[in-house]
Amino acid sequence: MGSKRAAYLFLAPALLAIGVFFVVPVLAAFAMSFTDFDIYSLGNFTYARFIGLRNYSQLLNDPLFWKALKNTLYFLLVGGPLSIFVSLGAALLVQSKLVRFKGLFRTAYFAPVVTTLVAVAVVWRFVYHPRFGMLNYALSVLGINAVDWLGDAHWAMPAIIVMAVWKNFGYNMIIFIAGLQNIPDELYEAAAIDGAGRLQQFRSITLPMLAPTTLFISIITMIGYFQLFAEPYVMTQGGPLNSTLSIVLLMYQQGFRWWNMGYSAAVAFVLFAFILAGSVLQSRIQGRVGAQ
Amino acid sequence: MKRLGVIVLYAALIVIAVVTLAPLFWMVSASFMPSGQASTFPPPFLPKEFTLEHYSSLFTRMNLARYLFNSAFLALAVTGISLAFNSMAGYAFAKYRFRGRDSLFKLLVASMVIPAQVTMLPLFLMLNKMGVVNTYLGVIIPGMAGIFGIFLIRQFALSIPDSLIEAARMDGAGDFRIYWSLILPLCRPVLITLAIFTFMGTWNDFLWPLIVMTDDAMYTLPVALANLSLEHVQDTELIMAGSVMTIAPVLVLFAAVQKYYIRGIMACGLKE
Repeated sequence: MGSKRAAYLFLAPALLAIGVFFVVPVLAAFAMSFTDFDIYSLGNFTYARFIGLRNYSQLLNDPLFWKALKNTLYFLLVGGPLSIFVSLGAALLVQSKLVRFKGLFRTAYFAPVVTTLVAVAVVWRFVYHPRFGMLNYALSVLGINAVDWLGDAHWAMPAIIVMAVWKNFGYNMIIFIAGLQNIPDELYEAAAIDGAGRLQQFRSITLPMLAPTTLFISIITMIGYFQLFAEPYVMTQGGPLNSTLSIVLLMYQQGFRWWNMGYSAAVAFVLFAFILAGSVLQSRIQGRVGAQ
Repeated sequence: MKRLGVIVLYAALIVIAVVTLAPLFWMVSASFMPSGQASTFPPPFLPKEFTLEHYSSLFTRMNLARYLFNSAFLALAVTGISLAFNSMAGYAFAKYRFRGRDSLFKLLVASMVIPAQVTMLPLFLMLNKMGVVNTYLGVIIPGMAGIFGIFLIRQFALSIPDSLIEAARMDGAGDFRIYWSLILPLCRPVLITLAIFTFMGTWNDFLWPLIVMTDDAMYTLPVALANLSLEHVQDTELIMAGSVMTIAPVLVLFAAVQKYYIRGIMACGLKE
């Protein structure tokens, strides 16, 4: 094959860009999380002092951090599985052999995915409006009393979860459809000959065959949901009573509103640690289930 | 029995479609309502009188043309540059032999698990020192190359037969010539997919432009819209017109290139 020199020339622009504007910042952020880098250090970096693990210990004693972590995990552990479940359901419905106009439904379900998150978050703020919102109107028709969705600390996070599921389920649906199309028809035919019912076929063919797809989807969904930011920023600003404050929103506020950048870097690394741990854990679980 | 099943199936499909499309439909509808009409009870689905005043005030009072330009320019610039950088690197990883190739590639892929938010604080300080905060370069520079893009192109380029490249080399084509006139045309499908992903990703991005664009004139559409919606909370119809203007370009783009976009997502899911 071609010369090594050519290979390095082809790699240079991308690797240089990634090295300088990704790898270096990651390392710098790690170093920063052990300093008291704040607004005074902005003008002169030498003002920042090494303070060891103090940012991290401060984090553990910060009720706001625990609140943000709890909210993010709530969003992730309820919203993630719900979104995957809806995606799988939609994929099964759309791919059903009895359905015509598959493309039409698929496109309709996929439309929210390509929309701009900020814009639809703004729209949903009005959908959730306590007096003039569509949702409360629809509920009033059913005889259910109005709820101040985004103004009530108990309902704000579920409201954001519903919105996020609405926005995202089409994406995973497409991946599930690809997974479903990859299952050979012969498997179902053989099972039918052996007298397996629809439900049994689903349990012993569809679900196991979708396992790799589900792992992939779980990991990308988890990574995405950990980064919750625009929805609370636009819809609730983290409120009411910090009930929708997320890790990334906390990082943004600490770093770019109050310029506590050392502290904010520590928050960012906690986020990273959780994402890393989550990815490893899911691969392990899936590996074990797959081996059985 | 089977008839009933089909009816239930279609009912479910239609209910999901209605729920999925209703907020978008309402957004468009409200953007054409006269001021105040969206805030009445029961909430009207359709405008009683049709008006374009909110769209015109977006352009006259809100500087919308500028935000549209910012968003479009940044999305195009990031897409163009990253496509060039990523395709060169992806090709090199797929078709050249050099020391440490596989371990370097593995390292890159593994580092995809690092969320972009981790880089943002030092990146902001670096770009500030370079004097590019609040300029187009502030968004373009961090978007110049992407690991995901390199990965996608490498996977695709692996399927190009070595014999084709050897034949071109026999004909006296140099390394760059081969990349430019053989590899790039062969990689067309994956390049189009990646271009769409990158364009939409940059257009829809919020957190980084929010951080790096500090001046109103440099805002992208999502940043400007978030600002508008927090400052003009009462102007529902105006905000909806702003949302339409933010979403419409990407939705139209999606409609035009749907095939490539969907195919790309499917390929990503199966590659794992």
